[in-house]
Amino acid sequence: MADNNVADNKKFIVSHAPFWHDGSRISLRNYNIALAALPAILLGIIYYGMPAVGVISLSISSAIIWEFVFCRVAKRSVTIGDGSAAIIGMLFGMLLPATAPWWLVIIGTFVAVVIGKQIYGGIGANPFNPVVVAIAIVMISWKDIFDFNEALMNYDLDFVMVYPLAALKHLGVSAVDSFSMGDLLMGKQSGGIGSTFGLGLIAGGIYLIIRGIIRWEISLSFLAGIFIAALIFNMTDSARYAGPVFHLFAGYTLIGAFFLATEDSSSPVNFIPMLIYGAGAGFLTVLIRNIGVYIDGVIFAILIMNLVSPLLDKIRPKAIGKVA
Amino acid sequence: MIKRSFIGLLKPRLEYGSIEDTPSLKQIPTSKEITLLSNCPFDKKKLLLKKKAAVKTGQKLLLYKESDEYVVSSVTGKVSSISAYTGDFGRSYTAIAIEVADNEEIDDGFKFAAGGSKDATLETVENYLAFAPGNPPVKLFSDKDKPINTIVVCCADSDLLITTNQHVVKSDIDAIKNGISILKTITGVNDIIMVASQSQMHEVSATGEKVNQVNDTYPSALPHLIMKDILGKVVPAGKNPEDIGVCFISAEAVASIGNAFNSGQIPVTKIFTLVKKDGSKSLVSARIGTPASEVFKAFNITLNENDRLIFGGPMTGSSVYSEDHPIQPDTDAIMVQDKDDIPVISDYPCTNCGDCIRVCPANLQIDMLVRLLEGGYYQEAADQYDLYSCIECGLCSYVCVSGMPIFQYIRSAKYELSRANTAEATNG
Repeated sequence: MADNNVADNKKFIVSHAPFWHDGSRISLRNYNIALAALPAILLGIIYYGMPAVGVISLSISSAIIWEFVFCRVAKRSVTIGDGSAAIIGMLFGMLLPATAPWWLVIIGTFVAVVIGKQIYGGIGANPFNPVVVAIAIVMISWKDIFDFNEALMNYDLDFVMVYPLAALKHLGVSAVDSFSMGDLLMGKQSGGIGSTFGLGLIAGGIYLIIRGIIRWEISLSFLAGIFIAALIFNMTDSARYAGPVFHLFAGYTLIGAFFLATEDSSSPVNFIPMLIYGAGAGFLTVLIRNIGVYIDGVIFAILIMNLVSPLLDKIRPKAIGKVA
Repeated sequence: MIKRSFIGLLKPRLEYGSIEDTPSLKQIPTSKEITLLSNCPFDKKKLLLKKKAAVKTGQKLLLYKESDEYVVSSVTGKVSSISAYTGDFGRSYTAIAIEVADNEEIDDGFKFAAGGSKDATLETVENYLAFAPGNPPVKLFSDKDKPINTIVVCCADSDLLITTNQHVVKSDIDAIKNGISILKTITGVNDIIMVASQSQMHEVSATGEKVNQVNDTYPSALPHLIMKDILGKVVPAGKNPEDIGVCFISAEAVASIGNAFNSGQIPVTKIFTLVKKDGSKSLVSARIGTPASEVFKAFNITLNENDRLIFGGPMTGSSVYSEDHPIQPDTDAIMVQDKDDIPVISDYPCTNCGDCIRVCPANLQIDMLVRLLEGGYYQEAADQYDLYSCIECGLCSYVCVSGMPIFQYIRSAKYELSRANTAEATNG
């Protein structure tokens, strides 16, 4: 046998240009998203205690397990290492009330991971944000669990234990006066475990924008869409419709702006489409909140805009040298 | 390797390296054997050049019957073998190995044909200088179908890390001056545009020609972007600058022409940038055809199993499989990468993050393009998503979060389409 280790028989890696890479990775992006969501989750845990820990942990772990099981069944390479399933679980948990039953969490993560993502072909192929799909389905199926007033009845924290958007819907603008904007921003409102701490979500969002992980165009235009739409309503009839700042800080608005609407695969990538997408989702949110039957509109608004996202992305700059 | 900045919101800023003083040039001693590569596919039946034929330094070697393809021997010696060599995308070359003799003799064929700088003709340049260092694009000058009306002399280097042209500008501006006046005379083109980086502006303006400044970040110095940003002419998708009358030539090639007529000898040493594993750079000069292994010997570089050896720069070069790959007239850099520094390429799908779209200088819709290319829908990619507008800078692969080989997808799609088109043309 010839000796393969002789000096002139070295095998080199012969691959193609470019020979550099900037070192970014999907897993790094997802870990950063988890980091950015941490403040909001921690405040939720401080307020709601062990049940919140239980919901978040179960949500993350079951999402990872569903992904693992599906990859095995479908004979795909197991992709739990990229952190995508963990992020889906985490965000799903953040939207739930701390009292959500265990079976709801497990069904929800199944819907998110398997129906929302894997059956389309896995990461990058989902037309809708998996978390939003799942929350929409469980929200419609088990309405009462998402009635935050009822769900969080047994909690007596040092703030008004009424879900602000529900108060607005059922009692009108006068009820909103009992919430100070500062309290809403500081998370002193009832709601999902990780979706009430406005300041934490904004900080996380800004971190993600600076790191280039989410696209600022989507977040800002979403918030601008909500602000402008709410302002228009408020100006036409301030006795019936709450002011724009309230809409910005209440319900799922901020988690939607920084963590849900910005999901890569289901949102557009060109500049103008991103602005239309974000603003459209913001507008629809306020429309649903103000004149729709649902209390919060963020989830459905994002779903609808996910649907039109591929169409929006047809608006693109002209490639250089393009003939005609 | 330049990594993504913490503030990922900003576009990556890849700056071209610049050299302050004239750095010392390390001369590689002439090796025992050199190899010249001709773009002509190997064809044993039509071979003119014989084995064991004696050649002199600077001698023009015609390769095949009924063809004017030639190489220029960079050494004195005997032809030891003529064989086929296959490069990227199955491109076929003829490799001529020459065993170097002890005594060097200079061939006077060029001197005899050329005379002095004042007698330069397009014919002599075409007949003798196609294989000169920097690869002067001599065929473009006389192409009747595509008349040239502007010549762009690139004094900046087009890929990162490379400082070869910069060195030539620093050390040999007189030859460049001479080369430009020869180019003007022989082509009749008076519109000469010098393109230089900011640090070179002063030196290059000494030539007395119009100098335009090119941005110091990659990929500004690629021909298509120079056309768009400096000349204000956009090259139509799938075309080259020469198709619209602009010929690009590197400063080194101009200097080669200048030097050739000045000295009456075809230049045979190539200057290139050696990038070592630790990223440090050295400027090296070696005879054309010297195997890379001689360069590594001179610099005490050892390559190990699974390292990578690259001819050209980090963004657009091509990797080779043998340490003995020879230095060619267009080899501007040799780069070695340790196996631990080679970024992973993955088969992960596109997640639609849009980083490539924001970085693409040609405004391609890469997220859609790559989905079509992965599925093998090349014609659709060309029709709907501007495949041919790609200027091949490689930034999309550089920033890809999924680690997809996007640039390679694009290149192989272009290659497959051109193959299909040629087959259609020949089969009627």
